[in-house]
Amino acid sequence: MTQRTLITGNGAAAWGARLAGAEYMPVFPITPQTEIIETLGDWIGKGEMGGRMVTLESEHSMITAAGAGAATGVRVFTATSSQGLLYGMEMLYTVAGWRVPLVLVNVSRGLSAPITLEPDHNDILAARDSGCLQIHAATCQEVVDAILIAYRVAEDARVRLPAIVNLDGFYLSFTREPVWLPDASKVAQFLPDMDPDEFAFRADKPVSAAVAVLGGGPYSYFRYQTHLAALGAVEVFEEACVEYDRVFGRSYAPVMAHRLDDAEIVFVMMGSFATKAMDAVDRLRAQGVKAGLARPLLLRPWPQDAIRKALTGRKAVVVVDQNLSMGFGGVLRGEVASALYGQADAPGALLGYVGGLGGRDITFAEFAEMAREAETAAAGGEAPPTRLLYTQAELREVRNLQTLAHAQGLTPGGEGRS
Amino acid sequence: MSPKSQFSGMKDLPKTHLLAPGSAMCAGCGGLEAVREIYDVLGGKTVFVNAAGCMTLMSVYPYTPFRGSWLYTAMASAPAGAQGIRDALDILKSHDRIGEDEDLDVVVLTGDGSAYGMGLSSTSGAIDRDLDFLYVIYDNEGYGNTGQQTSAATPHGARTATATSGIGVAGRKKDLFSILAAHEPAYVATVIGAEPLDLARKVERAKTMSGPRFLIALSPCPTGWGFDPQLSVEIGKLAVKSGAWPLKEYVDGRLVHNRVPKPLVPVEEYLKRQGRFRHLFEPRKDEFTLMDIQAQIDAYWAGVMDHDGA
Ligand SMILES: Cc1ncc(C[n+]2csc(CCOP(=O)(O)OP(=O)(O)O)c2C)c(N)n1
Ligand code: SF4
Ligand SMILES: [Mg+2]
Repeated sequence: MTQRTLITGNGAAAWGARLAGAEYMPVFPITPQTEIIETLGDWIGKGEMGGRMVTLESEHSMITAAGAGAATGVRVFTATSSQGLLYGMEMLYTVAGWRVPLVLVNVSRGLSAPITLEPDHNDILAARDSGCLQIHAATCQEVVDAILIAYRVAEDARVRLPAIVNLDGFYLSFTREPVWLPDASKVAQFLPDMDPDEFAFRADKPVSAAVAVLGGGPYSYFRYQTHLAALGAVEVFEEACVEYDRVFGRSYAPVMAHRLDDAEIVFVMMGSFATKAMDAVDRLRAQGVKAGLARPLLLRPWPQDAIRKALTGRKAVVVVDQNLSMGFGGVLRGEVASALYGQADAPGALLGYVGGLGGRDITFAEFAEMAREAETAAAGGEAPPTRLLYTQAELREVRNLQTLAHAQGLTPGGEGRS
Repeated sequence: MSPKSQFSGMKDLPKTHLLAPGSAMCAGCGGLEAVREIYDVLGGKTVFVNAAGCMTLMSVYPYTPFRGSWLYTAMASAPAGAQGIRDALDILKSHDRIGEDEDLDVVVLTGDGSAYGMGLSSTSGAIDRDLDFLYVIYDNEGYGNTGQQTSAATPHGARTATATSGIGVAGRKKDLFSILAAHEPAYVATVIGAEPLDLARKVERAKTMSGPRFLIALSPCPTGWGFDPQLSVEIGKLAVKSGAWPLKEYVDGRLVHNRVPKPLVPVEEYLKRQGRFRHLFEPRKDEFTLMDIQAQIDAYWAGVMDHDGA
């Protein structure tokens, strides 16, 4: 029976793992993810959920155990956030190279230093080139759905790669939203049991996995294989979305569209902050601005065709990055530019903004200003350099903090240190 | 060595070897010798979980000398890889998705660099979780694969690629045996390939137990220690006879020395055959450092006499 409940993003992630029938859960705590593993632990303890949870001593070990478990043929779920994702980064690349399916939920949180608990996407984007698939959820509903879809794609014989489902700390992790929980009895229709024998360690079937290679030839071969599998995962993801819609009645696509049909100014954003853009689009529309939103649900593999389809022929495209590649700008803007470069019907202007770092809000006034700048840029045929969203008031507030710190002799000897 | 062993003498040791020949290891590699002997007793129903080091080059695509399985992980987390495989096999068995005959012994294989340093936290964690696995540490007393730089296992007075002058390494070899034993695992033993009977009995014993089990194999390394490959066994035997490498076991919560060398061969005999200690003998003998090394060994064995009453 389908039921609608009020749960947090973390609760939704735990439900995703439970409904997927995750059998093995190597875990390690970190805010704002911890509630996921506590919830799973509680269910397992009470016998409401099967499976085995093991607390490792670090995320590096956690991802190693997760990959090794998957390589032995069980369905694996794990979760982390921020520093934890980076601590385990070596193994994220490694388990992708092992070509094992598992789902890792990352609850996005800004990276140290300075240390914060609040969200942005620099953690998850550090995993961009790892070989793991990457799905960015924007609502608690999407968290559950994306986890089930992620398992199906990851385990598909054409793909066989780990998948990361990202949700934003605080904005999703601790926010209660109404969620339709997929009917457990229907999950098997969508997500068949994992075939444990496809790639596994068994006494009667010895395998050597992840062995060394000598020379660039074999190395390139395996790296290319992984890349080609990831590229092919776009189609597998689309198939999974169609099937998900058929079984559960909710439809997804690699790039989610909001009021795109006749849009002239298109915002591009990922994750829960994209719901702010959605709201801004509606308000701009009410003011007569033909705005729209294209939201990549899938970041890896990069849905190039869908991005092109969504963005070509527009007056202007505005990418709002909730991340910052120091000395470059927003990562997503770079990705979008690469998809549009040389396209016959490329948009008149491509603008980049960076905002939402460490959970900083992005206001409607700012979206409206971005839309105005986009109009001007499209008219002039030239886009301004990437802008960092920050208000006079915010700067004043930081200056006040600094004055306070100086007055009390608290500065440790340099701005920016904390 | 209390329980009955199938290895009562050298004649009982396996005559044919399970590990296929022709790996990329150096000639005279004491680590490979130990692994070969260990594998003969363990058998092919094993999965080796390896960390970065010399032994990583045992399996180079598309060849492997192992009859059983192999998974290369990374430098820090081989014990966590063993955790994942062990847990998954247990889950599959508990659901009757694999039979007992398809089960495997999970064996971690790493060097000292991993075991004494980068992987110590994942090793400690695996013991905390009472992981049922065997961990084989081949201790060549340095980061061998990268050219024998100083590791936490390098002994006092040895020169390495990162300690090329003066007395060499000023620090002392970390006592990993005691660190592991302090965790109260099922089993910890030191072994050396040059003493195959002692080694075989210990592997045999470890194989019958469950829980975390450790074999630390001192691994004379011609390349890193600077000696002729054909001296490998001789140097290994001298490590034991000089008391520099005590053969011991931690079992049932007790420490047992399997052999108390009496009298101790002067450690100089062990050291002078190795290039990494040559500076202690040439151009002038470094009496102070040599006495210091000898005194450490003497003090260790004096402590053993007190403790074991041997
Ligand atoms: C995270 C990481 N850091 C460094 C290395 C480089 N590295 C490869 S093997 C090795 C030495 C390992 O030493 P040890 O465990 O003693 O094994 P040995 O090489 O002596 O066999 C090092 C430092 C690595 N592979 N991974
Ligand atoms: S460097 Fe030493 S440990 Fe490594 S393969 Fe050569 S002899 Fe063996
Ligand atoms: Mg070493």
